[in-house]
Amino acid sequence: MIYLDYAATTPVRPEVAEAMARCLTVDGHFANPASEHAPGRGVRAVVEQARERFAALVGARPQDIIWTSGATEANNLALLGGAEFYRDRGQRIVLARTEHKSVLDPCRQLASRGWKLDWLDVDEEGLVGPQSLEAAIAEDTVLASCMLVNNETGVIQNVPALARVCEGKQVMIHVDAAQGLGKLPIQCQRWNVAMMSFSAHKLGGPKGAGALYLRSRPPVRVQPLMFGGGQERGLRSGTLPVHQIVGMVRAAELAEAERESEFKRLGALRQMLWDKLSEALPQLEINGAREQQSPHVLNLSFSGVDGEALRADLPGLAVSSGSACTSERAESSYVLRALGRSDALADASLRFSFGRETRAQDLRAAADLVISSVRRLRALSPQWSDAP
Amino acid sequence: MIYLDHNATTPVRDEVVEAMLPWLGRHYGNPSSVHRAGRLARQAVDEARAAVAALLGAQPAEVIFTSGGTEADNLALQAVQGRDPQILYGSTEHAAVLESVTARARQGVGCVELPVDGQGQIAEQALAERLVANRPQLVSVMWANNESGVIQNVVALGDCAHRHGALMHTDAVQAAGKLEIDFAGLPVDLLSVSAHKINGPKGVGALLARRSVALTPMQHGGGQEGGRRPGTENLAGIVGFGVAARLAAEEFEARRARALQLRGHLEAGLADLPAVHIVGQQAARVSNTTLITVAGFHSEALLMALDRRGIAVASGSACHAGSGRPSHVLLAMGYPEEQAHAAIRISFGEGNTLAEVDAFLASLRDLINMQRPALAPGLLVN
Repeated sequence: MIYLDYAATTPVRPEVAEAMARCLTVDGHFANPASEHAPGRGVRAVVEQARERFAALVGARPQDIIWTSGATEANNLALLGGAEFYRDRGQRIVLARTEHKSVLDPCRQLASRGWKLDWLDVDEEGLVGPQSLEAAIAEDTVLASCMLVNNETGVIQNVPALARVCEGKQVMIHVDAAQGLGKLPIQCQRWNVAMMSFSAHKLGGPKGAGALYLRSRPPVRVQPLMFGGGQERGLRSGTLPVHQIVGMVRAAELAEAERESEFKRLGALRQMLWDKLSEALPQLEINGAREQQSPHVLNLSFSGVDGEALRADLPGLAVSSGSACTSERAESSYVLRALGRSDALADASLRFSFGRETRAQDLRAAADLVISSVRRLRALSPQWSDAP
Repeated sequence: MIYLDHNATTPVRDEVVEAMLPWLGRHYGNPSSVHRAGRLARQAVDEARAAVAALLGAQPAEVIFTSGGTEADNLALQAVQGRDPQILYGSTEHAAVLESVTARARQGVGCVELPVDGQGQIAEQALAERLVANRPQLVSVMWANNESGVIQNVVALGDCAHRHGALMHTDAVQAAGKLEIDFAGLPVDLLSVSAHKINGPKGVGALLARRSVALTPMQHGGGQEGGRRPGTENLAGIVGFGVAARLAAEEFEARRARALQLRGHLEAGLADLPAVHIVGQQAARVSNTTLITVAGFHSEALLMALDRRGIAVASGSACHAGSGRPSHVLLAMGYPEEQAHAAIRISFGEGNTLAEVDAFLASLRDLINMQRPALAPGLLVN
């Protein structure tokens, strides 16, 4: 199997697994970090050191990092918790149409409680313009949410510019950076975002670990989603999963060390895959941006084929038709439709996503599989015509 | 180091770590992905689900994986909906229930506390009276108390709740693996468990929920766990939980016998120390837990003195550690505040030996003897 689904999840790196294993067994850091005894205090120091290191990686203060069970929880805590805390200021949120489900669904939940959602359109590259954000912000808008790197297309939003618009309008901006961490340099404080969500398993860390950056200066507050022992200053109760936190931070550090060289390497791989496919197959369209594009995703629409048939024809290739989180549902991608793709074309799309273990030979083999499959399916398709 | 704090957390078993590592290595699919890597991951989650269900006598479809016991408790209390809802809850519940109840109360949910007797138990009669008076939608009573180990009669209380049309939730975090649990036959609709209390990893737990119970999810997006708990599954954690659950089922009798032997030895030794009082001794307790108060001592001071001798015990719940507050469990049982400030919890588990119990007893005897001059009036440590 050729695994080209790094935007869904990534292999845990051996160094990460080793660091995690040291926090599990009786001879390791297994104690409860809330315990007062020596083993507990030792483990607490491990967690706090991890917090400091993570904060340094994302340009934040350690006290601004809250550990969560993943980006979904971080997004929910930011949006549901932020909305709950600030509901007296107004009940209006502005968000892009191309956000991840774990942003859309809590916002829809808020809509059912009476909040007004203002949807930001994206251009044909998938980008949100600062002017359109500015125009969408109303008097009573409290929160804005925009992701750093789109999970389906790899498009990079201009977060610093969007954050400046929000600052001018006194709106708190939340950024889902699940796909951005490890790919782009992240500066929470310098960009002046209010909140930012992170995930471990998109960059060689474990599933079930994430974090929320919650700015303390000037302060941004949230109501907790869960209550209990008062961990994470009462904002996120529950025994801290030490091994998960350590694994997440180790993975983020390793990714950061290789970030620039990987960005270049993956960019070259992406170009190679595009060249091979577009030379062999006419009428191929990239769903993505020319400049503001993460090199780890290549999303393509293959006109003239049925998307389901195409995916079924590629059993040896682990790619995705969109987000893994929606892959059980048979509907075409709302992200691609927001870019202006027709239902049929959005459905006839594949997301190739790459990572640290991806090699040129994987992409060459994948390209051969895709080319022969698309040619066969197009030949069978009554709608298909080679004439552009 | 002598670790006698297994109710706070347990070391992960080697077999569990070994089972987790492939899912932090060569297997890495997203269980929601439809390709082969994803299906393999989905299968691993389902196997773990079956193992957790088997330990608890439940159907796999009744298992909702969460990030731990705290999330499971919080989610359980989301079963209360509609107009003028009411919750009855035990006064000695874990903070995950107590604080969650407090938060629900701020949202307008009526929350009524159930008192416990001097042995820490809730009388069926007391529950019945409040069921009639308050007409609650939900009763939440923990099975085994995390501080005292005292066991509630969940069957009688659940039957009583059901007779009055209320749902029954039990926090079984400290009961799983220590008591026989047969969810299928229990008058319980919702049951919380945690992996890291049964030698599994931290950051994973489960809520068992009957299919008929309507739960409002606490987070949204992605549709995992039937939409009741979205978010990419903690794959390795869930696999580890599954193996820990299987081991707990296989070794159930051996672990209980071992814990009872250790505790019997401990409590026989404590009987020689007049300053020591064992909490809930007349009640049924889980096999591994002893909560004591030591006259003339403050919990924190005693804990630190034992810590300096290489013995790790707790002053109550790890979740309240360092708060300086007396044990709410002891206060609810009617202990005076001074005595509630003098609690030490010893909880046994994997790897503990009789020699470690002897070492603990020797240290405690030592500390009490050293303290004795301070017992003169006016010199009480508080």
